[in-house]
Amino acid sequence: MSDTTLRKEPAAARAANMPDYREAVAEFSWQAERDALAGLSDGGLNIAHEALDARIAAGLGDVPALRWFGRDGTEIIFTYAALSREANRFANVLASLGVRPGDTVYSLLGRVPGLYFAALGTLKSGAVFCPMFSAFGPEPVQARMEIGSARVLVTSAALYRRKVRGIRGRLPDLAHVLLVDGEEEGCTALAPLMAAAGDTFRTAPTRPEDPALLHFTSGTTGRPKGALHVHEAVVAHRATARLALDLRPGDLYWCTADPGWVTGTSYGIIAPLVIGVTMIVDEAEFDPDRWYDMLAREEVTVWYTAPTAIRMLMRAGAELIGKRRFPKLRFMASVGEPLNPEAVLWGQEVFGMPFHDNWWQTETGGIMIANYASMDVKPGSMGKPLPGIEAGIVAVTEAGVKELTKPQAIGELALRPGWPSMMRAYLHEAARYQKCFRDGWYLSGDLAMRDSDGYYWFVGRGDDVIKSAGHLIGPFEVESALIEHDAVAEVGVIGIPDETAGEIVKAYVALNKGYEPNEELERELLGHARKRLGPAVAPKAIVFRQNLPKTRSGKIMRRLLKARELGLPEGDISTLESDEK
Amino acid sequence: MTKDDIEKLVRGELARIAPDIDPDAIDRDGDLREECDIDSLDFLNLVTALGKALSMPMPEADYPAMRSLNGLVAYLSRGSAASAG
Repeated sequence: MSDTTLRKEPAAARAANMPDYREAVAEFSWQAERDALAGLSDGGLNIAHEALDARIAAGLGDVPALRWFGRDGTEIIFTYAALSREANRFANVLASLGVRPGDTVYSLLGRVPGLYFAALGTLKSGAVFCPMFSAFGPEPVQARMEIGSARVLVTSAALYRRKVRGIRGRLPDLAHVLLVDGEEEGCTALAPLMAAAGDTFRTAPTRPEDPALLHFTSGTTGRPKGALHVHEAVVAHRATARLALDLRPGDLYWCTADPGWVTGTSYGIIAPLVIGVTMIVDEAEFDPDRWYDMLAREEVTVWYTAPTAIRMLMRAGAELIGKRRFPKLRFMASVGEPLNPEAVLWGQEVFGMPFHDNWWQTETGGIMIANYASMDVKPGSMGKPLPGIEAGIVAVTEAGVKELTKPQAIGELALRPGWPSMMRAYLHEAARYQKCFRDGWYLSGDLAMRDSDGYYWFVGRGDDVIKSAGHLIGPFEVESALIEHDAVAEVGVIGIPDETAGEIVKAYVALNKGYEPNEELERELLGHARKRLGPAVAPKAIVFRQNLPKTRSGKIMRRLLKARELGLPEGDISTLESDEK
Repeated sequence: MTKDDIEKLVRGELARIAPDIDPDAIDRDGDLREECDIDSLDFLNLVTALGKALSMPMPEADYPAMRSLNGLVAYLSRGSAASAG
């Protein structure tokens, strides 16, 4: 824990959307937030209607909604009216294909305009939208499309060839593959369909509890979990972005997260549009020089990014900024994994303001704990619960859940269920879903503590899930891909600390008879894993062992691998039956 | 080091990070991250490893010049010629 507290100037606090945290907590009501939305005329609620039609009705039709920058620097501006027309066209395309409310439309795309049309058009049509990260390999893509019974996939010709063509036969529900560019056998070009479609669409009469978004996350065991969110989530998207990101109309806002992850959808598509800001989307990958240029040249006012990116900027050195200045920048926030105190303070040094770390999960749908524009920052802390959110530190035992109220007590971070963007299901996994809720708490799986001032501090994961570059990676998914290789007898996958990415994925492999551990095989396994899993999930390091530590039932003890890797105490090893060699 | 040596070195380091990629099958002027399906972290590791092998500083301000395979090989060739001369 750091001793430095960064104090906020009273004038700056007064200028924030939430000038006083305590007052806001006392006054907050979800009903008032719900009432602040336009809603549909029949009492329904639809995310895309709030993001587009309601903004146009409020007079923002000619305001830029999306300023898109292509990899080569080309800019295309879509006003709220133009974005709405494109979303309407896409919704009409879905209707012409027979897609019905409740069907699932997937995307596998880089950050291209078509992704935004597809997301908003799908929501308008009443279908469920599931964005996938384009750096996933075929296996994660297949698992996610199987679980959600993908009916339509929107992708590009190149991504289709590399990641979908080979698994297409295993996706019987997938009726249509729409390509935003190029041509491939068995696929339909989207552009002609869009051109022929009408640019008006009557928003589907969705109810607040109708499913809207599907986001996948990873657990320690088993397949990825499809967290289902409903249209009512928009109430929380809007409220939390106003409070925790200080977003307001007139802002030029840059969320660097890819919509393939929940941040890039909740705060990279929905919240900014519902609030009525102009958002920037950059197609290009991370590049320090380009990022500083974007911040300075476009005069970004609110910037939401991730610890890995911040640490890569720190590595690049502040000299790189040169003559660029950021006088319009008002608020910077970070999410993905805990932001180390040095990075928070680096923000203060370089930009004249700290990065405001916040905490939430795919399951929570929106920011739950945050540092605010008006609240002093304790670097390294995730801040305090959002108004409307009740958090606690709890101990989970067989007897039940007990809240630990003593300051500094370490326990599981838990939330009182009932906020609008809470997941409503893990698709087809009722038992796993039920396990998240106990004795009136949602259990996050993260270990944390609360100090005597009410600030929360992340301590670690309560399970074996790996957090790399802000993304959760399930060790089982990685192990399953490696074990398919003929050489691999057993495999255990853990996350090891990395100063830039937080953690990186490392695989411990024991080989079958007849295989020799050598560099050639290591590369072959790495290539095997990359081809199946893609770069976002594949291990960055593979080591060989003769035997892996296992329990009597043959379960590989990842915890022990990790303790040894980090030189930590091995803890209770009474269940260890067969040790590492 | 000749340009061929540098090409070999780059291929070797690339094979360490993305052994599934055939450097002969990619667009040598395209973005390496896209062409080789590597992420920003992999790219950083690649550049760091090459800098170490050639004892070159590899400042991040020069990364834009290294984004493609051709760009990277050309950058390293210039740098290694400069340090040799």
